[in-house]
Amino acid sequence: MSNTPDDRKYADSHEWALLESDGNIRVGITDHAQELLGDLVFVELPEIGQKLVQADECSVVESVKAASDIYSPVTGEIVAINNDLEDSPEAINDSPYEDGWIFVIKPEDASELDNLLDAESYQNLTEDE
Amino acid sequence: MPFIPHSEHDISKMLSTIGVDSIDDLFDEIPDNLRCGELGKIPSGMNEMEVSRLLRDKAAQDGLPLCFLGAGAYEHHIPAAVWEITTRGEFYSAYTPYQAEASQGTLQLLYEFQSMMASLMAMDVSNASLYDGASALAEAVLMAVRANKKSKSRKILMPLTINPVYRSVTEAIVKNQAIELIDVPYDAETGKTDLNALQHYVDEDVAALVIPQPNFFGVIDDVDALTQWADENGALSIAVVNPMAMALLKPPGEWAESGVDIVCGEGQPLGVPLASGGPYFGFMCCKQKHVRQMPGRIIGRTTDLDGKEGFTLTLQAREQHIRRSKATSNICTNQGLLVTAATIYMSLLGPEGLKKVALNSHKNTQLLIKRLTTIKGVGVAFGSATFHEYVLTVDTNTKQLIETLAEKNHILAGFDMSVSCPELGNALLVCATETRTEEDIEQFASVLDTYLNS
Repeated sequence: MSNTPDDRKYADSHEWALLESDGNIRVGITDHAQELLGDLVFVELPEIGQKLVQADECSVVESVKAASDIYSPVTGEIVAINNDLEDSPEAINDSPYEDGWIFVIKPEDASELDNLLDAESYQNLTEDE
Repeated sequence: MPFIPHSEHDISKMLSTIGVDSIDDLFDEIPDNLRCGELGKIPSGMNEMEVSRLLRDKAAQDGLPLCFLGAGAYEHHIPAAVWEITTRGEFYSAYTPYQAEASQGTLQLLYEFQSMMASLMAMDVSNASLYDGASALAEAVLMAVRANKKSKSRKILMPLTINPVYRSVTEAIVKNQAIELIDVPYDAETGKTDLNALQHYVDEDVAALVIPQPNFFGVIDDVDALTQWADENGALSIAVVNPMAMALLKPPGEWAESGVDIVCGEGQPLGVPLASGGPYFGFMCCKQKHVRQMPGRIIGRTTDLDGKEGFTLTLQAREQHIRRSKATSNICTNQGLLVTAATIYMSLLGPEGLKKVALNSHKNTQLLIKRLTTIKGVGVAFGSATFHEYVLTVDTNTKQLIETLAEKNHILAGFDMSVSCPELGNALLVCATETRTEEDIEQFASVLDTYLNS
């Protein structure tokens, strides 16, 4: 059974979104998603300064068996990307909620997070799959 | 040997099994207005003997003309061993196999092809080939738009010095994807892509600049300056090159500071005989950092569980069977058989052999230009160095000249430039590869002199 911490919100497209103390939102993919994808071999990161609308495609994670788009959980501007993933994409497998973060976005309106799922709802969603 | 898929009896048996009266009933979902109706112009069938005779007679109509025509496809000598080996049963297939890893020999050959192309172009990566040169350029344009993350634009600077066929094929493929191809003029004196004209686009967001070498006029273009312009203006650089010329000229991986981003072109000069309509093959190379945006198949070398060397398809997450509509290409049909020939051709010639072919083609073309321009009424269109083609001006209707020499003298005098570049007036693009002798050139010159001056 995969791990779903309750300090953050989840999109049904399997991203997590963690509101940080500075008001920015850190984004990655869930433990469940990395389990489904298998060993990650490449992450195509967004560009710093890139402006996104909620649910825009902004990144691609590629495993030995599939490549999947990552969608922005909120509207905003990319302010940080995890460059370490270029050399060690496996960080997403090893530590999906910490070292395996993908980007940080500065939200236009953090209340968009309310549209996302909480840990329990996301957990239920993955069990139904 | 005739191939008969199934008899009337088989067909009626299959139809009755699924409860359908006729084959036509299987297609009754297609509305009448979308059906092509009767194929009235298709004649009734012929037997094998009749077809063989018909095709033999048609082939004979080509004759064996003396060829000074290039314009994208070139007559080079192909050692007899090339197609002898290529058509062996082990190689004789047009496709990368579906059970790819079961065919280690084919994969190794494609891997060798990639290595040779990457080396010839001085680039990091090559794919296992594309359909042809023109569609390879279209793929390169699509790839550049995907790969240029710094640019939001879908504008491509496309010089008029690019083969007009490549330009129209590219337009047909990309125009409905909101990609805009912007013409870049050429310098009327030199026939080179006009660097000054690029200055209009300094403040514009442009995804890529296409750079020919040699260009359609045969002229050796200012590739370093063009590549540098792209680098300085946030545009990716796409080289369109004749692979044979790269045995002699500086390869695109070495243009400007750090080479171009993408190279593509037509592979036909490497061991593929001239045929109207092909089949030929396209090639594409790129920098390592763009490889995930590259279309086509890529073969990798690896080791198996026993530690033995093996070959495998790699980076397949770019491809349509995994990425579906987001694949980097949906034309992954490659020209496996022609690539096989090209790989064997390059192996037999080696880098030195290729260089000799390129050098002799260059020398013969210089000889051709020198001889033809002694004829009254023949001049050169541009004052620039060339590889193995050049634009000549003639004091007569080019179309008539070409037709007459072909019919009366069995000489293919060149490509009629008045169609794609009417501003050049009566102009002829001529070519002499290593296969042309001094006698051939003399024969062409004397026929041309007679045509123009008597």
